[in-house]
Amino acid sequence: MSTRSPVQVQAGAGVRELTFAQAVREALAEEMRRDPSVFVIGEDVGEAGHPFKVLAGLIDEFGPERVVDTPISEAGITGIAVGAAMTGLRPVVDIMFGDFLTLAMDQLVNQAAKIHYMSGGKLRVPLVVHTTLGATRRSAAQHSQSLHAWFSHVPGLKVALPATPRDAKGLLKAAIRDDSPVVVFEDKMTYQLRGPVPEGEFVIPLGVAEVKREGTDVTVVATSSMVAVALATADLLEAEGISLEVVDPRTTVPLDRETLVASAAKTGRVIVVDEGCRSYGVTAELASVIAEEAFYHLDAPVRRLGAMDVPVPFSPVLEDLTVPTPETVAAAARELLGKA
Amino acid sequence: MTVGGRLSLEAEAADLSREEALRMFEGMVRIRLFEQRVNQLYQSAKMPGLAHLYIGQEAVAVGVCEALRPDDYITSTHRGHGHCLAKGARVDRMFAELLGKADGYCRGKGGSMHIADPDGGNLGANAIVGGSAGIATGAALSAKRRGTGQVAVCFFGEGALGQGVLYEVMNMASLWSLPVIYVCENNLYNEYTHYRETTAGEVLDRPLAFGIPAVSVDGQDVRAVLVAARAAVARARRGEGPSFLECLTYRYLGHHVGDVDRSYYRSREEEEEWKTHRDPLATLAGWAVAQGLATQEDFDRVREAVEAEVEAGLRSALEAPYPDPSEVDQHVYA
Repeated sequence: MSTRSPVQVQAGAGVRELTFAQAVREALAEEMRRDPSVFVIGEDVGEAGHPFKVLAGLIDEFGPERVVDTPISEAGITGIAVGAAMTGLRPVVDIMFGDFLTLAMDQLVNQAAKIHYMSGGKLRVPLVVHTTLGATRRSAAQHSQSLHAWFSHVPGLKVALPATPRDAKGLLKAAIRDDSPVVVFEDKMTYQLRGPVPEGEFVIPLGVAEVKREGTDVTVVATSSMVAVALATADLLEAEGISLEVVDPRTTVPLDRETLVASAAKTGRVIVVDEGCRSYGVTAELASVIAEEAFYHLDAPVRRLGAMDVPVPFSPVLEDLTVPTPETVAAAARELLGKA
Repeated sequence: MTVGGRLSLEAEAADLSREEALRMFEGMVRIRLFEQRVNQLYQSAKMPGLAHLYIGQEAVAVGVCEALRPDDYITSTHRGHGHCLAKGARVDRMFAELLGKADGYCRGKGGSMHIADPDGGNLGANAIVGGSAGIATGAALSAKRRGTGQVAVCFFGEGALGQGVLYEVMNMASLWSLPVIYVCENNLYNEYTHYRETTAGEVLDRPLAFGIPAVSVDGQDVRAVLVAARAAVARARRGEGPSFLECLTYRYLGHHVGDVDRSYYRSREEEEEWKTHRDPLATLAGWAVAQGLATQEDFDRVREAVEAEVEAGLRSALEAPYPDPSEVDQHVYA
């Protein structure tokens, strides 16, 4: 199966409908069965199975030695996982909300990311950090941020952003098998969404983008939570005779520049959409890659849509203003085509 | 259930065989002579950057590592040369790393503050104060899970007592009975500030609050350090969990090689007192001679042999090649 082709998973042939959360759990369980060095560590990962129930039932199969409930100590948990990863285990650290990564920054940025390099390649840190991003859950400013750009900025870390149940399974399995530290961000709003997921051995290599929908007029490069927004925009605009191509990088590090640039060259017009804050964020990097490498194919400047540069507000009336929506993406597409 | 209290020791200081006494003296004099050369390299502008010298604290690294197996783990600090050498690192490759050469332990990518030698159990020095507390505790968790009988030693200075992550991992180490030994080298100064100005209460009350047995020992007496380290290692190998050693010690030189004028934070009289009356090398040699285990000539011979080793190591490191420019983006990802 070409991972660069549009999603055309057929029913049957080992493909079922699963929720995003079920796909994550299946990936973890399969990897823990395959490799006894894999274990999960985090707050309320055991009997509680994570507040979003993403890990429910894992402890029943693997026990408390491999599904390790911890105190509320993000720095300590992550540091312990780094040490365990350096000495023969493959920890998956669950950080309940991406916002709490701030508490583990030294362990990730100064320790995990640099140990392989600083040791001249002798030490390895096969660590996965499993966490969330995304607003609109009415959780206010400390449970709603999308901080993946921060980690994409640190050499030595890889960053995965699954947008569908299928990608959630395939990318998490690849992350667990990777010998470098990988931070996997999942949109907390998608855990109950359903989609086709292949059974058993299904690994999506890190660094391979996917064209989620083929189109001809405008490329929308969308990440994580914004992939669904982009696909909804494509449906919306189809009725107006506008054809969007939706490209999901799936990992910001490594970045599949080739697929992004090829789509930009094909359509000549590009919008980049990401739920991180717009300034100094993922959209800036992706837009500049496209501007640098596809410049002579572009008919218009690359447009960027990100979250507003404000702390995420609580009131739904305000919060909904802060993130891109199918309507705002559609408006940008019409502008690019001179149909505004 | 562990109940925190004084870590029980068999004696105040270890009885040693002649071989043990000479071996530990050799370990300490290797650190001393290596670092004297490092200081000269800095002063003669042959070494890039800075180094934080361990001179004066040799008994801590050597006494603790004497109690370890070759496959046991250590993590170290910005003042880490002593730990690395005591755990078995070679002086030539240490010098090479400090000079940024390709023969260095980290191919010149780590430098003084990041020497790692996983083959010798050294998981790396760390330039973040308290930064390796998690790593050592995680290595202990890994050893326990894998059932290898290994222990992990986390060396840190008393400055790390100000870092929250230390308490997070001590809490988990105690809850889960992990085979880790927290070795607090209290050299009295957090960089340029006396630790009494930065540390509320008593040091040992902190591990005791987590139910971790703790003891404070004379870090200038390698025999006292060894007794405490053996007790902590034995406890860890029995599966009974972590211990905490506070080793009272003193760095003879500055916070780093460039810290020459120290009069604003400590007196010359204080420095002279430690150097003259509490030197770890002289203390061990004096004891062994008084016991009739060895003669001063025996110790002089050890010193001469190490001197030759250090000189040869430095020569080879000075002549060693720098890394090829193509290595700059190697080892970013495994």
